[in-house]
Amino acid sequence: MILLELFWTFFKIGLFTFGGGYAMLPLIESEVIGHGWAATEDIVDFIAISESTPGPFAVNISTFIGRTVAGLPGSFCATFGVVLPSFLVILIVSRFFARFKENNGVKGAMTGLRPAVVGLIASALLSVGMSVFTPSTSLSEAFNNGFTESVMKNISFSSDVLPLIISILLFLVCAFLAFKKKHPILILCLSAVVGIATGYALGL
Amino acid sequence: MNKQLELFLTFAKIGGFTFGGGYAMIPLIQREVAENKKWITDKDLLDVIAIAESTPGPIAINAATFIGNRVAGVTGAVCATLGVVMPSFLVIVAISYAFEAFKHLKAVEYAFWGIRAGVTALILKALWTMFKQCKKDWLSLCLMALAFAAVVFLKINAIFVILACAAIGIVSFQIRRVRK
Repeated sequence: MILLELFWTFFKIGLFTFGGGYAMLPLIESEVIGHGWAATEDIVDFIAISESTPGPFAVNISTFIGRTVAGLPGSFCATFGVVLPSFLVILIVSRFFARFKENNGVKGAMTGLRPAVVGLIASALLSVGMSVFTPSTSLSEAFNNGFTESVMKNISFSSDVLPLIISILLFLVCAFLAFKKKHPILILCLSAVVGIATGYALGL
Repeated sequence: MNKQLELFLTFAKIGGFTFGGGYAMIPLIQREVAENKKWITDKDLLDVIAIAESTPGPIAINAATFIGNRVAGVTGAVCATLGVVMPSFLVIVAISYAFEAFKHLKAVEYAFWGIRAGVTALILKALWTMFKQCKKDWLSLCLMALAFAAVVFLKINAIFVILACAAIGIVSFQIRRVRK
């Protein structure tokens, strides 16, 4: 039953995401991509949409995946699933707030969870990077088999090499802007413009 | 006005006007909930953030549930949480249809080709921010490396990695306490 599966998958994601936002990415990779509901590329596209629409990433992505997998009922089940764990946990915790704050189990768990999330986001960054900066088929053939003359003939500078160089440069510029604390929406607009200009200029 | 309705509307406003979620929401929550409505004090808000950090789920949902519950019990929690979720839900449902209709257009494909490089940069920035906030004793650095390796090389599900790291954290915290 697809609706129940959506609910349960996003319930798990909601229950095990600490820190919110990008901390969810590794879970999304394990659970959503594992189900075949989306590819890494789709998730990357979706992060851009989520950054430019209101609301938390968790809610945005569950609504979106739920909708594409099983229509409106799907979006409802996935969103309900992702929200429910936080809702229940907070209702319980707010009763014992003082004790919760001082609880050694909670403090200890957090000392393990914080670094885990950093490592997990690093792994998500790696898989995103590998899907974004994939060389074209003829270019990766050259990387694998050496740059022999017959392989080189298949490589076109403007459709194989240049796009990869441009996207890496664009990444570096965006990273620079992000570290300069420029707004994410500005960065995304800039990269969209560069993408459109490159696409038409090179006739990709 | 009915407390429940007021909670719903206030949090719908918060949910509808924060982009990117997470900590971007805190100033808006502070203004709406602490300054305007006086439902909680600034000190309470710090407590809410502290709880949100050590409980699962997005900070916006945690804060809405906590404040709703404080103001009007469980029904208040339901209304505030529904309110904070509703705007994103509606916007994304609309966008998901539009995205399906337009994603095969050349210009949209090109735009997303560029945007993917931008998003990778944003993830890198998020990673750096979280790394900076994290303690850097030997245990933390080991757990970072272990979590990374477990997912990348051993293909272990992230949920198991999170559970294992939480368990290691609890054990090491107890050991350190006993030693003191």
